[in-house]
Amino acid sequence: MASTEIARQAGEGARAVPLSGHVGFDSMPDQLVNKSVNHGFCFNILCVGETGLGKSTLMDTLFNTKFEGEPTQHNQPGVTLKSNTYELQESNVRLKLTVVNTVGFGDQINKEDSYKSIVEFIDAQFEAYLQEELKIKRTLHSYHDTRIHACLYFIAPTGHSLKSLDLVTMKKLDSKVNIIPIIAKSDAISKSELAKFKIKITSELVSNGVQIYQFPTDDESVAEINSTMNSHLPFAVVGSTEEVKIGNKMVKARQYPWGTVQVENENHCDFVKLREMLIRVNMEDLREQTHTRHYELYRRCKLEEMGFKDTDPDSKPFSLQETYEAKRNEFMGELQKKEEEMRQMFVQRVKEKEAELKEAEKELHEKFDRLKKLHQDEKKKLEEKKKTLDDELNTFKQKKTAAELLQNQAQQAGGSTTLKRDKERKN
Amino acid sequence: MPLGTTTTTTTITTSQSCVPSLREGMSSGEALVSEADGNGGIMAQQKNLEGYVGFANLPNQVYRKSVKRGFEFTLMVVGESGLGKSTLINSLFLTDLYSPEYPGPSHRIKKTVQVEQSKVLIKEGGVQLLLTIVDTPGFGDAVDNSNCWQPVIDHIDSKFEDYLNAESRVNRRQMPDSRVHCCLYFIAPSGHGLKPLDIEFMKRLHEKVNIIPLIAKADTMTPEECQQFKKQIMKEIQEHKIKIYEFPETDDEEEMKLVRKIKDRLPLAVVGSNTIIEVNGKRVRGRQYPWGVAEVENGEHCDFTILRNMLIRTHMQDLKDVTNNVHYENYRSRKLAAVTYNGVDNHKNKGQLTKSPLAQMEEERRDHVAKMKKMEQEMEQVFEMKVKEKLQKLRDSEAELQRRHEQMKKNLEAQHKELEDKRRQHEDEKSSWEAQQRILEQQKLDVSRTLEKNKKKKIF
Repeated sequence: MASTEIARQAGEGARAVPLSGHVGFDSMPDQLVNKSVNHGFCFNILCVGETGLGKSTLMDTLFNTKFEGEPTQHNQPGVTLKSNTYELQESNVRLKLTVVNTVGFGDQINKEDSYKSIVEFIDAQFEAYLQEELKIKRTLHSYHDTRIHACLYFIAPTGHSLKSLDLVTMKKLDSKVNIIPIIAKSDAISKSELAKFKIKITSELVSNGVQIYQFPTDDESVAEINSTMNSHLPFAVVGSTEEVKIGNKMVKARQYPWGTVQVENENHCDFVKLREMLIRVNMEDLREQTHTRHYELYRRCKLEEMGFKDTDPDSKPFSLQETYEAKRNEFMGELQKKEEEMRQMFVQRVKEKEAELKEAEKELHEKFDRLKKLHQDEKKKLEEKKKTLDDELNTFKQKKTAAELLQNQAQQAGGSTTLKRDKERKN
Repeated sequence: MPLGTTTTTTTITTSQSCVPSLREGMSSGEALVSEADGNGGIMAQQKNLEGYVGFANLPNQVYRKSVKRGFEFTLMVVGESGLGKSTLINSLFLTDLYSPEYPGPSHRIKKTVQVEQSKVLIKEGGVQLLLTIVDTPGFGDAVDNSNCWQPVIDHIDSKFEDYLNAESRVNRRQMPDSRVHCCLYFIAPSGHGLKPLDIEFMKRLHEKVNIIPLIAKADTMTPEECQQFKKQIMKEIQEHKIKIYEFPETDDEEEMKLVRKIKDRLPLAVVGSNTIIEVNGKRVRGRQYPWGVAEVENGEHCDFTILRNMLIRTHMQDLKDVTNNVHYENYRSRKLAAVTYNGVDNHKNKGQLTKSPLAQMEEERRDHVAKMKKMEQEMEQVFEMKVKEKLQKLRDSEAELQRRHEQMKKNLEAQHKELEDKRRQHEDEKSSWEAQQRILEQQKLDVSRTLEKNKKKKIF
């Protein structure tokens, strides 16, 4: 028996030992299956395609029920995504199915941004799951998985080739979701045209490097049927919910004047193949691929964006604690640095302002010092003038005193001479 | 192809589609939310199917994939030496896990408690199982057994840590699950009750691993003694609030009957044997005594079959699920909370634990930005105020100086004027005196001239 993944992982560490009786662990797969049946399954399909290609009808036909919705008009300003969730049950299996429709795809004149809302939607589901996975207290076990497991891309049945919008959109989506391209309303194409159309589409996809979903061929029990189906891609489908009587049975079909297209007739279209592959054989694989490949890619990119690494510069693996602690320290350091910067800026401003004010003060003082000096000079001059005046006054006074003295003397002498004269006269 | 059956109900149901299990509240400190609190709020409509769709094949797809991947299970056995642990493992898995080539730990003498792993790969019916048996030789064998449970706890935690690190890597690969899924705890058949060591061990480990207590060497007790012993043990387990592994409730009546039957016989009393003996023409595993053969797989002799059925055939997956959803999540949330809050055990933060550490940091960042803004505003205010003050002071001092200057100028001008007045006065005085002097001089001159004239006259 081929070695299992677990056995491969165990490698040398485990030795194989024979059992001498029936132990009973061969019931493990059943235990696992019972648990999942009890828990219920969940599957999310995204239908991408231009308005009017029969997306809703195909869903109704695939799941044999009438889902919501009226047909949309062509006048949508942009592409929006509408999602509806349904609970289905078949025998004892409960399935929570979510069907997401692109409304308004391909209707705008400028379709450059058409793919954006689709990519955003898909990423948003990944993000929600990632957030839940990263929470401290999480409930992954009961989390309702909204990630898109399969994307049915509806190609218009032109019979020629893919439209550039299709190529662009599929290229943007192929690393995010499992793309299953289907040719819609294929009852408009004849058998020979169809073969050529399929070849053209496949070669265009290959030459543009678009990775569509390949049915897995590693499990022997389904390898053969899967590889056959892979060669029939893209499936040419016809959808119908109306029943027509063929023979003595009521079958789903579309009635034309020239004949009836039976949906479940494999000669008429690939509807049965699609149903087999999508639902009956590979539903679980689609979910697994979404989780282990597309989601992991998204998660890896997101974490790397946030600066997480698996190994430090010395290539030693980080433990989770170290990673978080390192992140936290870095974060705290960053916050502190910001605070410091702001403080520094203020200190700088204060310094500058202080210098400014000091300059002003200095100028003021200088001005007044100058004035004071002028004043001093003035005063000095004044003093000198005063002194001069005082000197003059003194000189004058002296002169006056001297003159007066002289006068007095003269007067006295004159008086005496006058006296003498008088005396002489007398004599 | 079978037609899908239609459902009879057409009511709108919410997204919860599973029965909330009572065991989700198994941990005491951090009660995990029950399944009913999942990310519901997504309303789902129930639809009838009108024909074959094919997703009833999903279980087969799951079956196929699980067989391809293979299974793994880690079983830990704990108990004093000589209680027949190795023999029981061999009996359980019908193989010589412990053989003369790979001797069981009991044959090796240990001084301290070790934790040892043996990995074997066994195949049956197309299903491959990687079985890891974790043994704890030396447990309870020393004279002083304080902390002999610590190596066990450390081992379990280290496995959780390995898984947590693997799960948290940026580049994740298929993660091997080496966490301990079940712990068989061997109780010595003393017939009285649990030993203090038993109680201590179980109390410390019941929130880290699924504990299944077993009464070892059950063939040393009569059925009545066994019954008494079991009752006593269960009583003590309840008294000490030890949470042993609980069987999940199911909707299936048949299963519930089995589950109740098992519950009544807890803890299971087991006997193991490595030897095959012939009894009544049948070859059975058993222990040969002079008074008869105690058959391992005879339900009337011991509970071995119940243990094997429960452990391997019916509840192996559930043991793994409980380990993953309850014990591991408890470990993880405690670990991450410690990292986020730097070990501060703050019960107020319970509500915040619904965020991831990164979201927590985001919030802290936002708070910090707000704080910084406020700080900036405050500093700005203070700055403005101080500048205003300083400017005001400057203006005041300018005014003051100006005033003083004016004053001095006035003073000086006054003095100037005074001086001028004085000078003028002096000039006036001087000029008038000088005028006077001149007159006097003139007079004197006139007088002297007259005198001269007279003198001249006299001489004649």
